[in-house]
Amino acid sequence: MGLESEIPVLTTTVEKMVQWARRSSIWPVTFGLACCAIEMMAMSCSRYDIARFGAEVFRGSPRQSDLMIVAGRLSRKMAPALRRIYDQMPEPKWVISMGACASIGGVFDNYALVQGVDQVVPVDVYVPGCPPRPESLIYGIVQLQRKIAQQKLA
Amino acid sequence: MDTTALVAVLQEAFPAAGLEPAPTSDLHETFYVTPADAPAVLRALRDRPDLRFALLAELTAADFWPREPRFELIYTLVSIEHRRRVRVKVRLPADAARVATVSGLWAAANWLEREVWDLFGIEFDGHPDPRRLLMPEDWQGYPLRKDYPVQISMKPQTSEPTQVTEEEFRANIARDRLARH
Repeated sequence: MGLESEIPVLTTTVEKMVQWARRSSIWPVTFGLACCAIEMMAMSCSRYDIARFGAEVFRGSPRQSDLMIVAGRLSRKMAPALRRIYDQMPEPKWVISMGACASIGGVFDNYALVQGVDQVVPVDVYVPGCPPRPESLIYGIVQLQRKIAQQKLA
Repeated sequence: MDTTALVAVLQEAFPAAGLEPAPTSDLHETFYVTPADAPAVLRALRDRPDLRFALLAELTAADFWPREPRFELIYTLVSIEHRRRVRVKVRLPADAARVATVSGLWAAANWLEREVWDLFGIEFDGHPDPRRLLMPEDWQGYPLRKDYPVQISMKPQTSEPTQVTEEEFRANIARDRLARH
């Protein structure tokens, strides 16, 4: 980006512009599965205020969302539903695996739960913790923003 | 009327039902009954005017593997009229883990029996809708059995077949349109 001294315009590339727009307004889909969702809600509320990073607009419809935060343990029976919601989100889309259960199954090493949501959807950022504190999730979203800033258009 | 009295009353009506009071660590009245006579005894518990256990509060099972008889089916009945509850237990061997359904007596038994079949593999003869309740439809095995490999890891399903036919789907949309106009 260069500031032209004579005329009031900023010059940049389309790619940088698009990357900036995408990372500055990540809309997460409301998809809380378990106790991690409580921390996710805390993150979106005024105390932690994810609006500072432009990701506060939780949508009730996957068709209006860019980001799926898998907040909690995913049961096998829920897996097809999770995949369907992911498939309904328009491109480009990203996934954050929030907490130990979503990432590797957590303490639930049994038949009923999927041992890591990366078996069902492609995950961009893993946030560790049980549950992660809202700050951790904010850090995860900032990491995702860094990742989006590097994604090439072509 | 305590457990012994209740069992004595029922024993008069069902001498061959193998009725015996069961030991409990809580204060619930509990007794055993044989699988063959369970439906008749349960019907009497529901219908007799001095008992009237009109509510099936819970139906569950326990697996005592490798002991035989392996399973115990546990019915918890409540008599609202007489302010009383009773627990009826049925011992079931591993090779004949089946009992007649009571979904005709208490509608609540329908889903409870489906749950017990789903998780313990105890079959309910004459059940109107014997499908899995909690596990996916195509699940193999019965997870709450003591010899079930709990930590098995299988590839998760990522899609499931459509649950309505095309005709049903069209009919749904047509009905929706009618409702809106």
